[in-house]
Amino acid sequence: MSEENTEITMMDAPVYLDYNFTAGAATSRFLSAIKQGRLVGQRCPSCGKVYVPPRGSCAKCGVATREDVPLQSTATVQSFTIVYLPIPGNPIKPPYIIANLVLDGADISFIHLISECNNDDVRIGQRVQAVWKPEAEWGYAMENIAYFKPLDEAAVNPDEVGQ
Amino acid sequence: MRDVAVVSWAQSPTVRDAGARNEVELIMPVVQQALADAGLSSVQEVDFTCSGSCDYLQGAPFAFVAGVDALGAVPPIKESHVEMDAAWALFEAWLKIQMGHAESALLYGFGKSSPGELPHVLSLQLDPYYLTPLWPDSISLAGLQARAMLDAGLITEAQMAEVVARSRRNAKGNANAQLSGDVSVEELLAEPMYLPPLRKHDCCPVSDGASAMVICTVEKARSLGRPYAVIKGIDHRIETANLGARDLTRSVSTELAAAGAGVGRGKVDVAELYAPFSHQEIILSRALGLGADTVVNPSGGVLAGNVMMASGLDRIGEVATRIIRGEAGRGVAHATSGACLQQNMVVVLESE
Repeated sequence: MSEENTEITMMDAPVYLDYNFTAGAATSRFLSAIKQGRLVGQRCPSCGKVYVPPRGSCAKCGVATREDVPLQSTATVQSFTIVYLPIPGNPIKPPYIIANLVLDGADISFIHLISECNNDDVRIGQRVQAVWKPEAEWGYAMENIAYFKPLDEAAVNPDEVGQ
Repeated sequence: MRDVAVVSWAQSPTVRDAGARNEVELIMPVVQQALADAGLSSVQEVDFTCSGSCDYLQGAPFAFVAGVDALGAVPPIKESHVEMDAAWALFEAWLKIQMGHAESALLYGFGKSSPGELPHVLSLQLDPYYLTPLWPDSISLAGLQARAMLDAGLITEAQMAEVVARSRRNAKGNANAQLSGDVSVEELLAEPMYLPPLRKHDCCPVSDGASAMVICTVEKARSLGRPYAVIKGIDHRIETANLGARDLTRSVSTELAAAGAGVGRGKVDVAELYAPFSHQEIILSRALGLGADTVVNPSGGVLAGNVMMASGLDRIGEVATRIIRGEAGRGVAHATSGACLQQNMVVVLESE
């Protein structure tokens, strides 16, 4: 059968909506700091918990987090998983580790990568440190940190990680 | 049916662009205000929370989930969401109260339409089957409806302009309004056409904002010791998504909802109608059977500012507030959703 007679059973017709996205006033403060290589959380005026990245409120108390809290780039593993399945569009080759990390001085975890280690050696309570990308690549994103690598420190009791 | 009391209502200023604020930052102030005005210290003191929003408006997936961060939902609360105007969140909560599953409820709606192109967002939002492949935007569809009315001799362009002039005039007394002022019918008719037969002022503005409300049983309202308005009737109806199968010059669903809610059982002192386009206020007034003795849209209505997903709840709040203040004894609030008034809710409120 010639090509012009081939029956067409499907066509792609993608539609797009364009948005001028905004992250939020509180999150913008965090993103402006990380653009300069600094991690800045925000403290709840009611319960004192420190959120990073901040979203504008303490989810527990329902009040605005206005006080900025500078944080170090060391953290503790709260939980993790080893990803074996390739995700379309993701440049990282499996297997790799995705972890919930609690930064020192913060109370709420965020998700990031752990690397420079044997995947089988990663444990809950493990101490890790951020490995930043070269400054020229810094943007308004958590990806300014390439990944976290293990620290040569004693592990934290899993029951004491985060809240 | 159990009477349900509207105890408090808080509304953010209606603005064209809320700037950097995200959903949490939009919701938090109005929720805190509505709770405080009801004499409640936190969301933990209501039995049920329900919100109305649409993530497509701001282009932020799961913004409706993220918004819960504004509430203080620890320990966990009973919470629900409708992908509709928060007037429908009120309906869900009203049903819960009717069934005895809750005595009180917090409602909130938020909309940040400024990041996207609202007429196109609405054409793609939730209807991938019927009309979306044709890309009809919300303003063009409303224009078809206005044209049908003009051609049938059911309205004049001057009547449309009168609706707009009254909206802007009334909105001068509304601190949260986006558009207000004194404009004459002649001035409005001298404005150029936008999408004929609609001029720009015939269309509601695009707005950002949020609103919240506390409702509860009348017994609970008495125990709170706050003045309140009572929901005496509520009904909502929907018409086909196929515009060609509808008579666009009237609103059958509003007529049915009005009968169901009992609008005709008494004098209507005040009505707040969710009419995003000037000609639709005329359609709705006729469908509700409103006469010259009813004050329509004393807030200016949504032609003075239209926060998608909150404006319907705001209509209920506006009527309830006037009843609580003693300015009206009985009022009707209306909410709409969809193209050319596809879905309509009618709420009858009275003083105690």
